[in-house]
Amino acid sequence: MTFIESIRRTIGRGPRADPPAPVRAETAASTPASPSVAIAMAMGPAIEIAPTDPLFAYLQATSGVVDAERLELDSPALAELQAAHVRVIVPLVAQGELIGTLYLGPRLSDQDYSADDRKLLTTLAAQAAPAIRVGQLVREQALEIQTRERLEQEMRVATLIQQQFLPRELPQLPDWQVSAYYGPARAVGGDFYDFIALPDGRIGIVEGDVTDKGVPAALIMARTQSVLRGEAPREMSPAKVLERANEILVPEMPARMFVTCLYMILEPETGRVVFANAGHNLPYVRTADGVVELRATGMPLGLLPGMDYPEHEAVLAPGESILIYSDGLVEAHDRGGEMFGFPRLRQLMATERPGNELLDHLLDELHGFVGQGWDQEDDITLVALQRTGGFGSTSDEVPADTVAVTSVATSPAAVPFGRVLLRASLPGEPGNERLAMDRVAEAVSPLGIAPARLERLKTAVSEAAMNAIEYGSQNDPTIPIELEASVAGDDLVVKITDRGLSGPLGDAEEPDIERKLAGEQKPRGWGLFLIKHMVDAMEVSTHGTGQTVSLTLHLEGAGDASHSVQS
Amino acid sequence: MPAIPFRAEVLGAGELVTIELHGDINVAAEAGLAAAYREVGEIGAGAVLLDFTDAAYINSTGIALIVRVLADARRDHREVRACGLSPHYVEIFQITRLSDYMRIIDDRESVTAAELAATTGGQR
Repeated sequence: MTFIESIRRTIGRGPRADPPAPVRAETAASTPASPSVAIAMAMGPAIEIAPTDPLFAYLQATSGVVDAERLELDSPALAELQAAHVRVIVPLVAQGELIGTLYLGPRLSDQDYSADDRKLLTTLAAQAAPAIRVGQLVREQALEIQTRERLEQEMRVATLIQQQFLPRELPQLPDWQVSAYYGPARAVGGDFYDFIALPDGRIGIVEGDVTDKGVPAALIMARTQSVLRGEAPREMSPAKVLERANEILVPEMPARMFVTCLYMILEPETGRVVFANAGHNLPYVRTADGVVELRATGMPLGLLPGMDYPEHEAVLAPGESILIYSDGLVEAHDRGGEMFGFPRLRQLMATERPGNELLDHLLDELHGFVGQGWDQEDDITLVALQRTGGFGSTSDEVPADTVAVTSVATSPAAVPFGRVLLRASLPGEPGNERLAMDRVAEAVSPLGIAPARLERLKTAVSEAAMNAIEYGSQNDPTIPIELEASVAGDDLVVKITDRGLSGPLGDAEEPDIERKLAGEQKPRGWGLFLIKHMVDAMEVSTHGTGQTVSLTLHLEGAGDASHSVQS
Repeated sequence: MPAIPFRAEVLGAGELVTIELHGDINVAAEAGLAAAYREVGEIGAGAVLLDFTDAAYINSTGIALIVRVLADARRDHREVRACGLSPHYVEIFQITRLSDYMRIIDDRESVTAAELAATTGGQR
């Protein structure tokens, strides 16, 4: 028997419901923020007193028993109570807050409630209210604990489920050491990596990073990984895989979310990797000549439809290793707010270590950097591959059409036949021809080209890039141009490739200064003329997606035969 | 090296007026260069010296702008000279034959009053 039922038995009887209702005050099951006080009648419907009901304020401000029959308020709740023949209402107030209401029907004797009855009820309410409040708090706390435990259990399950999405084992490849690390900032995360077995022994390597952290990111991660696993075996081109994934994800992606993703296909036997990048960090490659980036750019997945992802190639020679990493590593901060940063990672990467030890070393350095008690800010994912064997057993024989790892050698003699010095993608934005010029100049600096010839090459690159931007990309920054500089035998070959939006270059009219001054020819039209005179050879080739201007500069025995001054 | 915005400064008020060219001479220089040449016309100088000492970069569009200045100067019977060009751009001026229509000198100090007097109005 509850104390309230006890009250009913000793003091009154239930309101005249059919059958006579015992009175039970459903304590305002209310938390402090509860918007209403619920009154449940054991035999009748619950009557809610809305916070806006005048009765609510009245009871909250009243101490003692309220005569319901005589109370006059424009209150829907009071009208309901009176209709249910409630005679007295006893508010239960604790710390100024109405936490429940006790109400009673007519006395068993049908007599009015006496002064003693009312006094007893008032005393009872004053003592019961704090106890009920304590009971409410205990119940709320128990519910909170229950909810938290349920959420924690759900998160444990989510963690287990997400772990199932990650590869259960790493690929076992002869002459390769493969290692991976996945460390979400929370129970689940938005980073992911994957190894996908492809025909002919090739391996698809995926690393991605969803914006945000926690459950929303984990859901997007799961979907993205599922899409990539579905698309990767169908397409042997990383660029196509990312394009397809992007088209699938764009309509599904919530606002302000996207996925950065690098997809690479490795041919273990040759060390050749073909890759495309949707906004992910550029991988680092440790070569005999130092640490270089594998440059590849593209829009993150899920942002805009119709995106292209330029495809690049590289060859990892024995002894070389590659690190693919997410933001969580380089953007970790120490207690002073300093960021771990790309230069630090690059420096750590430079030290030769077996692939398995590289990740341990990086994580040790990270933990030393951030210190104890670090609250991990973002998910961290690392994938490392090392082609075993020492440096130097490679790539002098890399064919010119294939690619050694983008690398900057230290002397002309160190640049082997066929070595690619630069591969870059630049936004098709006016003015970027200057950037193209500088990038090529920097990349070819190890070749020791004479200053005058280097200036000519720069002008030729600048003009070719300007044409590519103006005509190929039509000055649209989202449509990139591609640069490649490589050494082929005794020649330096720089290729500038565009998307050919305005069709192939036609045969431009030879500029004639006299006719221009006479107004018979437009002042412009010097670009191709300059290019031809600045380099030893220029060739324009068209292909399915645009056109490529190839500039050749002889490296050995090259005098100034690149042009003849007209007079 | 990032792009350097173009700026032209007109100096002198006599027979020879100098246009100092600063920054990148590309499509963005069109308005500035045209305005500078108009200013030379308002001064009424018989010759204009284009000083490229602080010009960081000249592309084919910049060459076209210089051709336009040459065409305007020919119309106005005004001599054009150039100074401060790097060897590379001297070479480009030769390849394009701009140098046939403007005398290229090393620097501004090379222009003497006597030389100026002897050549004023010597536009080809």
